[in-house]
Amino acid sequence: MSAVTGEDRRMSNPVSPVGAACPLPLDRYPAITLAHGGGGKLSRQLVEELFLGAYAGPELSKLHDGAVLQVEGGRLAFTTDSYVVTPPFFPGGDIGSLAVHGTVNDLAMCGAQPLGLSVGFILEEGFPMEDLWRIARSIRSAADASGVQVVTGDTKVVDRGKGDGVFVNTSAVGQIPDGVDVGAHRIRPGDRILVSGPVANHGIAILSLREGLEFETRLETDSAPLNGLVAELLARLGDGVRALRDPTRGGVASATNEMAAAAGVGMRLEESAIPVDDEVRGACEILGLDPLYVANEGKMLLWVDPAVAEDALAILRAHPLGTRAAEVGDVVSEHPGRVLQRSRIGGLRVVEMLSGEQLPRIC
Amino acid sequence: MRYVDEYRREEDAQAFLGAIRRRVTRPWTLMEICGGQTHTLVKFGIDRMLPEGITMVHGPGCPVCVTPLEMIDRAVAIARRPGVTFTSFGDMLRVPGSDTDLLSVKASGGDVRIVYSPLDAVTLARSHPDREVVFFAVGFETTAPANAMAVWRAHQLGLENFSMLVSHVLVPPAMEAILGAPDNRVQAFLAAGHVCAVMGYREYEPLAERYRVPMVVTGFEPLDLLQGIHMAVEMLEEGRWGVENQYARAVDRMGNRPAQELVSRVFEITDRAWRGIGEIPVSGLALRDEFAAHDALTRFAVEGIEADEPAECHAGEVLRGLMKPYDCPAFGTRCTPERPLGAPMVSSEGACAAYFHYARTEA
Amino acid sequence: MCLGVPGKVVEVLESPVGMTMGRVSFSGIVKEVCLAYTPDVRPGEWVVVHVGFAISRIDEDEATRVFDYLEEMNELDEIHIPQPEAGLPGPPPPSRTGEGRPPRGPLAGPPPEPPLTAGGGS
Repeated sequence: MSAVTGEDRRMSNPVSPVGAACPLPLDRYPAITLAHGGGGKLSRQLVEELFLGAYAGPELSKLHDGAVLQVEGGRLAFTTDSYVVTPPFFPGGDIGSLAVHGTVNDLAMCGAQPLGLSVGFILEEGFPMEDLWRIARSIRSAADASGVQVVTGDTKVVDRGKGDGVFVNTSAVGQIPDGVDVGAHRIRPGDRILVSGPVANHGIAILSLREGLEFETRLETDSAPLNGLVAELLARLGDGVRALRDPTRGGVASATNEMAAAAGVGMRLEESAIPVDDEVRGACEILGLDPLYVANEGKMLLWVDPAVAEDALAILRAHPLGTRAAEVGDVVSEHPGRVLQRSRIGGLRVVEMLSGEQLPRIC
Repeated sequence: MRYVDEYRREEDAQAFLGAIRRRVTRPWTLMEICGGQTHTLVKFGIDRMLPEGITMVHGPGCPVCVTPLEMIDRAVAIARRPGVTFTSFGDMLRVPGSDTDLLSVKASGGDVRIVYSPLDAVTLARSHPDREVVFFAVGFETTAPANAMAVWRAHQLGLENFSMLVSHVLVPPAMEAILGAPDNRVQAFLAAGHVCAVMGYREYEPLAERYRVPMVVTGFEPLDLLQGIHMAVEMLEEGRWGVENQYARAVDRMGNRPAQELVSRVFEITDRAWRGIGEIPVSGLALRDEFAAHDALTRFAVEGIEADEPAECHAGEVLRGLMKPYDCPAFGTRCTPERPLGAPMVSSEGACAAYFHYARTEA
Repeated sequence: MCLGVPGKVVEVLESPVGMTMGRVSFSGIVKEVCLAYTPDVRPGEWVVVHVGFAISRIDEDEATRVFDYLEEMNELDEIHIPQPEAGLPGPPPPSRTGEGRPPRGPLAGPPPEPPLTAGGGS
């Protein structure tokens, strides 16, 4: 019989509209099997029908081994991240949107706009196909929101019991506009430290789900792409922006410690200035957690020239992702590498790096 | 947050500090019993804002810290057994035993789970009749009512697969041991507010009388501690002794009767070994014979496990207030939260951990 | 020990033999809590919660005592303490030797003896 060529199939399967059902017939393929990672017919079908159905673009649709991107010269930023969050679906997002936003944000923290994203899946045998479709659709929405396309990818399947359902790796290449130079090396004593919004939402949303905490209003992840906001800040404030950092695992505490060490400066935070949502605070109190150490996925810390601090706050607050931005501290020449916090009642404490995992404190 | 934020106001804290400064005419050594109180003092920088004359010595009120080494070894032995679901509060997971800790047992495949409440362990036992569910019942009198209810409930429900590994300790015998020691320097106590919420403070009155020592039942917020210290200093300066109650919003002299009743129904007083201090007679709780079926000690035949402390760990002296954590030769070098030698470095309430995390403000 | 967190009782649930349960709100986070040890507590009242159990009802009147105590202390001070600027703890207040007076009120000890004067009673 004459084989339907790959070309034909691609032409006849445009990206499914939003909300469309899984293109693979679920009654025949309800779950991932080892064959889906084998490189044969089922693999091909998974890629061409499910993944392309979710987020095909011109480059991805070529299904080459690698994507080819046109760049203008200058500096490229490159980042990679793997996502293993459990459970894979949580209020406000899922492992797919998390993976896209997280990687786009890593590029944004370098001052770069994304040129293309790769998505690699490691799936456990038995993972429900419907869930994979949901994740793929979510990747598409997140990519659209970030203004980036998925240009290449990979899929592997491991035996049942050897994986936690689904692991995702995303990598991305981005372009840093000429003249933009952000990083720890630019931080100086006297610089102000800003945060784009309330902290600890993501970590608490995940932990609350796992601990079975109920809420009167839903505790959602704050996962969001910050590259648009970053572009605006850099365009309007120029080199007034010294450095950017998204406080993911380990929270604000770890991010500030790392930057202080890299820049060889000290930092001081003001406890009462750091915004935290009431319910997030409540959850932290019950669980015995310190919001300073809890992960964020849609927030950034900014180090800015004091001369532009006010303008930076105005730009942040005018943007949907920065409405509750605040100035939370400053950079000093004393105690290089250490971060101190002035407590609500006026005392000083050291803010250490997180050691190990923060376990809920009960007794 | 109500009943929290109003006790953290800077202006009021400074007013208390001023009043304490004006009152002090000679050096005084005070001990706060509870690890939670230690943490507030160090986290808010209070201990360093107090006038020079006041020395705060950190007491043994960290149940995690005083859990004997062999108890950890017994927990580890039980957790390693196939078919056992070992449940515990988060703090206990990283406390080092003679050769390993519960977190490592979990990492190697043991079914070790963090629970928020002992009732969660009972629920687990109900829903998994094929598993042996064990709960690590560590704590002072504050936690005894909760643990008592768990056993009571399990007993009522006829749950044959639920048992508790009990390592409960009582505060007054520990205070007596401290006061009676020949090298004792403590002149006044801040008694543990939540222990007293359960037990009341009648049992402290004879102690205060016999040793002529001021005792102030104190809460956990910064203003509570400052007021407690002020009240204790007043008594010291005026040469008075006895028991006063700062935490009157949650504590009354008789304590919580229903809680006390169930605790004595389920538990009996026993001699107990305290890590770092040694055996203190009639200082602990054990399950009554009626509930022997739920005693993990006999059920898993682990009573025989004994252990010796590592020589390098000075937890004992720290717990008795004879040494500050930073005076320990291993502090911050061979003993850190990642690689702890003893419990006070691991437990979030331990004095060593508190200093490590909050107090190292000098570079 | 122990983390006891204040929460507001939202609902009291009728339940199995002797183990009254309830729902308690912590700044909007609602959790199921065992109320067996605070059997008379009603929705709207506050409790201290430890490991999923209410161990004490918060007495709202007593809760303001800290602030009354502060007021008493402040009233008796003739020198006002300078409030610190934001940024660093304030400077230590000037020392007052020989002028310390113990505060009056329920928490005070016995008043100091009045100075002896010729012909005066005490």
